[in-house]
Parts: sequence; C-alpha cells; structure tokens
Amino acid sequence: MIKRSVFSSRTLPYLLILPQILVTLTFFYWPAVQGLIQSVMRSDPFGQHSTFIWFSNFTALFTDPLYLKSIGITIFFSASVATVSISIGLFIATMANRALKAKAVVRTMLIWPYAVAPAISGILWLFLLHPSYGVVALAIKRWFGVDWNPVLRGSDAMFMIVMASAWKQISYNFVFFIAGLQAIPKSLIEAAAIDGASPFRRFRTITLPLLSPTLFFVTVMNIIYSFFETFGVVHMMTQGGPGGATNILVYKVYQDGFIGLNMGGSAAQSIVLMSLIIGVTVLQFKYVEKKVQYTG
Amino acid sequence: MVEKTPILDILTYVFLITGIIIVGFPIIYAIIAATLPIEDVSRVPMPLIPGDQFWVNIQTAWTEGNLGTNLMNSFIMASGITLGKITISLLGAFSIVYFDYRFRTLAFVSVFCTLMLPVEVRILPTYEMAANVMSPIMKIWTALNLDSVATWIAGHEITLALDWSILDSYTGLILPLVASATCTFLFRQFFLTIPEELCEAAKMDGASPMTFFRKILLPLSKTNIAALVVIEFVYGWNQYLWPLLITTNPKMMTAVIGLQHLIPAADDLPYWNVALAGSLLVMLPPILVVLLMQRWFVKGLVDPDK
Repeated sequence: MIKRSVFSSRTLPYLLILPQILVTLTFFYWPAVQGLIQSVMRSDPFGQHSTFIWFSNFTALFTDPLYLKSIGITIFFSASVATVSISIGLFIATMANRALKAKAVVRTMLIWPYAVAPAISGILWLFLLHPSYGVVALAIKRWFGVDWNPVLRGSDAMFMIVMASAWKQISYNFVFFIAGLQAIPKSLIEAAAIDGASPFRRFRTITLPLLSPTLFFVTVMNIIYSFFETFGVVHMMTQGGPGGATNILVYKVYQDGFIGLNMGGSAAQSIVLMSLIIGVTVLQFKYVEKKVQYTG
Repeated sequence: MVEKTPILDILTYVFLITGIIIVGFPIIYAIIAATLPIEDVSRVPMPLIPGDQFWVNIQTAWTEGNLGTNLMNSFIMASGITLGKITISLLGAFSIVYFDYRFRTLAFVSVFCTLMLPVEVRILPTYEMAANVMSPIMKIWTALNLDSVATWIAGHEITLALDWSILDSYTGLILPLVASATCTFLFRQFFLTIPEELCEAAKMDGASPMTFFRKILLPLSKTNIAALVVIEFVYGWNQYLWPLLITTNPKMMTAVIGLQHLIPAADDLPYWNVALAGSLLVMLPPILVVLLMQRWFVKGLVDPDK
C-alpha cells in the first residue's frame, strides 16, 4: 500500500530506509544465512576447516535422545505456561470487566509485572520456592506432603520455571483480555440477559466466542514467549538442570553452541527453532486475517 | 451489569482482590524480605512484618552487585535501543509510505521478516558478526580471491584485513537490536491512516519531504511514539541473552545479568534480603516507566492490528 500523493526524489527514500536495511542485513540476514550454511557443515574445533555433510547434523539431532527429551520438555513447559497464565489472566480480566467502578485501579495494580524482566521474575520465585527458606515451598511441603527439592528433582524444577514464567505473563494477557472484553458490544449481553440467560451462560455462549480472536492471538504470543523469551528464567533458576530436566530448546542451543562450541549441531538446532517461529508467525497472520473474526 | 446480582458482585470483588494479591504476592514478599536482617530472612517461615534494614540491604546490594555501573549500562542500553528503534523505524516507514521506488516492497518485506529471526535462533553467527562486523566483507573478499587481484594491480603484496569488534561495547549492546519490524509496521499503519490532503497541501506549499516529515508527521505521531517508548524501553532494559553473549568485561555488565552474582549459592550464607533488595532496585525503572505512561502503553500494546 502506498499514498496516492507521494514525494518524488531519487535518493532520499533509499537514504531513509538505509539504516534499517543495513542493520537487518548485518545482524539478521547474514547471521541467519551463516547459520543455515553451518547447519550443513562439520567444522573442526578451531573453525579452520569445514566439510559439507548434507543433513547429518539434522539426523544426528533428531536421533539424539537428549534433543528429543528437550523437545518434549519444551512442549510441556510451553503448554503449562500458556495454560496457567492465560486462564488466570482471563479470569481476572473477566472479573475486572464486571467491576465497573474499579477498572482503572485494577488495571494499574495488575499491569506492572509486564515490566519485570523474566530473569528477575526467576529470582523472586527462586526465593519463594527455595527448598529451605521459601514460603511457597513450605506451603507445598505442609499442605501436599511433597518432599520439595527442585535442586534434585526435575519435576520440581520444572514447576519452578513454569511459575516464574507464567506469573510474569499474566499481566500481558490481562491487558489484551480486558481490551477484548471491552470491545464486546453491550447490547448483545443485554439481549441475552433479557432472554433469560444466566451470567455464566452469557459468558460461555457470547463472551467467549467473541473473545476468540483475542484468545487466539494471546495463545500464539504466549507460545512465542515461552519458547524464546524465557531464556533468562532458566538461566537464573536452574541452568537447565537437574539432569537436563529444564533444558528447554533455547537454552540447549546456547549451551551446545556457546558453551559446548558444537557449531554444526547448534546451527542445526537454530534452524529447527527458526522454522518453528516462521511457522507460528505465518499461521498467526493467516488466521488473524481469516478465520477468527466475528465482529465486522 | 445487566441484572442485579449482588452475590455475584460480591464474589467478583472477592475473586478480583484475591487475584490481585496472588499476582502481587511475589513482589510484596520480596519487599518485606528486603527490609529484614539476615537472621529474619533465613527464618522459616519468614516474619511478615517489615524490618528496618531496607537501606542497609540496598547499600549492600549496590556495592556487592556493582549496581551503580550496571544500572548505568542498562540505562544507556535501554535508551539507546529505544531511541534507535524509533528513529530508524520512523524514517523507514516514511520512506515506505511516502515515496514510490522500485525496491519499496522488498524493503518493507525484508524489514518485516526480521520478526521471525529473534536473537535466540541465531546465537552463534550473530556473535561472530559482533566479534567482527567486517567479516562479511572479508568473507566475500577471500571468496573472490581479491587479495591476489589487488596484488596483481598494485604490483606488490597486498592483503586486506578489516577488523571491527563491537563486543563489550555500547555499540554492541545497542546496534544489533535497533532493527524493528514491529515499530516500522506500526508507523507504516499509522502513516497510512493520515489523510492524503495533508501531503498534497504540503507539496502545494512547496514543502520538502523532510519539512513535511518534521512539521506534520512527527507531531501527529506523538502518541504512537510515546507508546513505543514504553514498550521498547522495557524491552531494552530486560534484554538478557544478547548482553550475556557479548559482554565479558564487568564494566559493561547490565543490571539484570549482574543480579546473578547476588543470588546466594547453596553453601553461602543465605543473603536473600540483599539479593531481593538488588532485584527490586533493578526492576524499578521499567515499572515506573510503565506505570507513569500507562495510558499510552496500553494503547500501543493493544491497538496495532490484531
């Protein structure tokens, strides 16, 4: 799309877009292409020689039990984070939308965790779930009789990073849900009320379907968040441990590539992640355009 | 509400308050812990009455965590990223919307596709790039064997060696992050809604493109800029992976990463009060920005397309 009336200049438009293009070429496309090349190469540890090995890196990757485990962990982690943060966000937003008088106050009180870095959320929850000093850990031990030990037990460590990641994301979801709820025409709700639908029924049959575009968008954003932006949480809390129980894909790329210096393998992992995020983005744009649209 | 449901209304407020408390709990608890001396913070369960050690803990965190330097670095990085992103996106969107040239669509698509290439999926190659920004030129030079060509032309031995590392520098922290698909997209969408007449009138009055940009587009974009300032400042401040990769010099460490050194190790004394005091201090600037500019921030976060 472009304006009907435009300026004419030979050089100016190129000059204006140049900084953007330079940065994207240098720091996005060139590295991406390099990654693509590295993923089909095997290089010696000193990076002097590399040989072309077709898709060996990828076959090695998908036959590596550690990588397959990491995929499983990531899916579980991502699904848990999305479920926890979306359901709490939606619940609070629905309540806030009912509380007509206090909306602005409630928003202020819920919006700030958005600004907390995932890594700092990790520190807060590391303390709350600390096996010796944490109050939430204490509650878990007392009420559920669990021998809480995230340093040794993988499932406990997983719970820890899910809590830290989901907590931070609640406010993001809340902001979108409250905006989505406010956009639902009041007349529809009123009409349903006159027809005798109870508040719960109204929520299920009117609010929820009308909210589905928001719900879809938020789900996609939560998946992207839990896949890519939770690196800080894992790095602060567990470093992928114990025994790789919290080694999500993004953290594994960092560990294998940057710490372990396995160029080819790490590049192959990067390419897998890249195709994943391309897939999600394409899906998002396809659906946002087409399917999930109810209001004109 | 539509009909009167007093019980449901009370329940609503009860749930709402519970929700707010649950969401606020980690931070309230951290604030209390940050005011306690070490004996209290390591008691199980920790007392919930705030102590009087807040300033002491903050001071310890400040010196132990080297927060003075780190906060300054974070501030420079976050502001640099914010300013850079907004500037180059404004200019880019202006170029894409208000000019007609051959590579217009290509330029837009290539900027937009960076959305699919977060740092996380290109860690190593981007690091190599930062280690020597000139490496593409070097690679192409070597591939074309231009050394020998240059030698042949000049008649004596010539080798090209370009080296520009941006590791451990503000340039390195800021520059690779200033390309922004979202900002460019947002400004483009916004510019498209601006009435054609404005541009026509400006042209009729003989305004140059840049005058039009400065005098008309910029003032009109104020709200959008404000929204993006919040979003990008928070984004910049909270960066983790990229600064972790490219900074090794303690003088270049950012605040969020520096906090790692405050977390008590397993066999240390549990100085959680200090760690949490430091965390509170580091999370404060972006929270303040969000709260103070809440109205624009919500608008900017929610409004674009969807």
